[in-house]
Amino acid sequence: MSDVSLRPVSLRPGSTLVGRRTKMGDPDRLGRFGDHGGQFVPESLVPACQELEQAFREAWADPRFRRDLDRLLAVQAGRPTPVTPAWNLSVELGVTILLKREDLAHTGSHKINNVLGQALLARRMGKTRLIAETGAGQHGVATATAGALLGLRVTVFMGERDMERQALNVFRMRLLGAEVVPVTAGSRTLKDATSEAMRHWVTCVDSAYYCAGSVMGPHPYPWMVRELQRVIGDEARTQCAAELSTGVPDYVVACVGGGSNAAGTFAGFVDTAARLVGVEAEGGAAATFGRVGVLHGFRSYVLQDDNGQVVEAHSIAAGLDYPGIGPEHAHLADSGRARYVTVSDDEVIAAVARLARTEGILPALESAHAVAWVLRAADSGELPPGCTVLVTLSGRGDKDITALMERL
Amino acid sequence: MTGVEVHLREQRARGRKLLVPYLTGGITADWIEYARGYASAGADAIEIGLPFSDPILDGPTIQEASDRALARGVTTRSVLEELAAVRLGVPLIAMTYYNLVVHEGAAAFCAALAAAGVRGLIVSDVPLDEADDLRGHAETAGVELTLLASPVTGPERLARIAALSRGFVYAVSLMGTTGERDRVAGSAALLARRLTALTDRPVLLGFGISTPDHAAEAATLADGVVVGTALMRRILDGATPAQVSAVVAGMRQALDAGSPSEVSGSASVVS
Ligand SMILES: Cc1ncc(COP(=O)(O)O)c(C=O)c1O
Repeated sequence: MSDVSLRPVSLRPGSTLVGRRTKMGDPDRLGRFGDHGGQFVPESLVPACQELEQAFREAWADPRFRRDLDRLLAVQAGRPTPVTPAWNLSVELGVTILLKREDLAHTGSHKINNVLGQALLARRMGKTRLIAETGAGQHGVATATAGALLGLRVTVFMGERDMERQALNVFRMRLLGAEVVPVTAGSRTLKDATSEAMRHWVTCVDSAYYCAGSVMGPHPYPWMVRELQRVIGDEARTQCAAELSTGVPDYVVACVGGGSNAAGTFAGFVDTAARLVGVEAEGGAAATFGRVGVLHGFRSYVLQDDNGQVVEAHSIAAGLDYPGIGPEHAHLADSGRARYVTVSDDEVIAAVARLARTEGILPALESAHAVAWVLRAADSGELPPGCTVLVTLSGRGDKDITALMERL
Repeated sequence: MTGVEVHLREQRARGRKLLVPYLTGGITADWIEYARGYASAGADAIEIGLPFSDPILDGPTIQEASDRALARGVTTRSVLEELAAVRLGVPLIAMTYYNLVVHEGAAAFCAALAAAGVRGLIVSDVPLDEADDLRGHAETAGVELTLLASPVTGPERLARIAALSRGFVYAVSLMGTTGERDRVAGSAALLARRLTALTDRPVLLGFGISTPDHAAEAATLADGVVVGTALMRRILDGATPAQVSAVVAGMRQALDAGSPSEVSGSASVVS
């Protein structure tokens, strides 16, 4: 089983993207990544966004803050998470697959990386409450966890439909002491929960900290959340260097809802020759089917109808049920540095079963999107035999058991 | 029809307090009748909401109004077409969210407003720093882009908002979304005072102005008021155009009674 990981791999012609100098650096003064991003919020929220940007800049440059966060990530979240060679699947597919195991992080997904950072920042800013929205419940659970740990009250807005789909996580959040507020407007999923969290934030900007769950929202959120998630990519870069004779994988693949686990992963590889692939749910694929729009404070690709009304996303994975995509991903797509693809619910369910059977790992439905694309691309020959692929497993599938029982 | 600001300044010069009621475009099949009712009850301008799927600055009532209009199949275009076909005798101001503007392209959007006779525009999620592009296109089309100011807006920003806003300055009286409240927010007075000290442009207080008493009180602080949810709730509850017009007339009367020099003959549809 061991010949997979160390097989020398040469880069194929055309896979070198050094000429494309898209960096995942700081956005411009208005919070733009290329044409995307910005701060499209009601005037009442502008001072809070500006205060946050200032506070994050200072904290991020402060070695003490970084030390505190690193320690929390180590002793609470269990970082670094390993990179696991998927031995059996690699043999079956004829490509070398490495899994970045965010499913092993505390609370079961990468969301904890972002939340610990923001909760520390909130405390540093003197805030006493965290407000968050959640789709799958993973961000809500992570926020409730950080709140319990750092002594901050937590209010989570969640679409009524998601509360049904993710009842386990609702119970978990409440057990952790968070207040969960059902959102009954619109599609009763993540989009409406996000709107409601922002409406609530306006009423309590002084005392409450809005803890965004992904690389979306007004500046500085997309940038800040990517910086807090880049630990995924930075760790994986080092781990790949140890694991692969080529040092860098040929492909780096992650699922994309708002895009935080993908942004954090890509940030570690954007300056290499690795091809970056973001995988969206077919029914929530803003990068593929969206048009330029403005939603929840930022300009990006947004799923909308012919009249400019935002449409509901549909995915078996509640965490990918979002009609937009983080602005930096829109920029990476525009520049061609990353590619965005879609997979169907059926492919995702098959991918969960396959990974469970071959590796003994039960991925979250969201994460299984990345796996599903790899399965398809290896099958079709798009992934050349012998190439190396890093897949970020953003979370574990325990929360999805009920959904899977209905479908399998 | 004269421009928004010219008209509002004229009315103010007559010693009149300004009343700008809000109506969600396309809320019912006969929605234009509500607008007529507003005009005949003494509105100085009318805000027409272009319904959007994700109105993050609106409370439950206007959210529901938007959803209802959208469920009727209403679009930006259909609202503008219906407006183009009527003459209400007061300036019209479109109020919406930026996605609808970006969707059409700002230049085309502003041109479409102008072609429909809409002279003003308010976009809730375009703050000062993001407004340059839109303001340029609005100016080209002859549309006045009104900016919003909030109780937490700092002195420098407030001065720039007052200078760059057109039509009037929209003073958001409280930290929150649109919706009815028990009283005029404490933050309204300070914001109105700060703004009126900065600019000679009309300053209107909005958000939470729910009753004639509120309107009269707010009008002692600023040049006038914007009233939305209190009217939309009644429309959602099934009130007729005449009934809602009477509510507007009640606000008009309260404003006139509270004004230093009363103007007569404006409240014609009191029932
Ligand atoms: C396990 C998991 N992966 C991925 C996502 C999608 O978020 P993002 O695209 O920000 O990583 C979620 C969101 O809830 C999630 O729970």
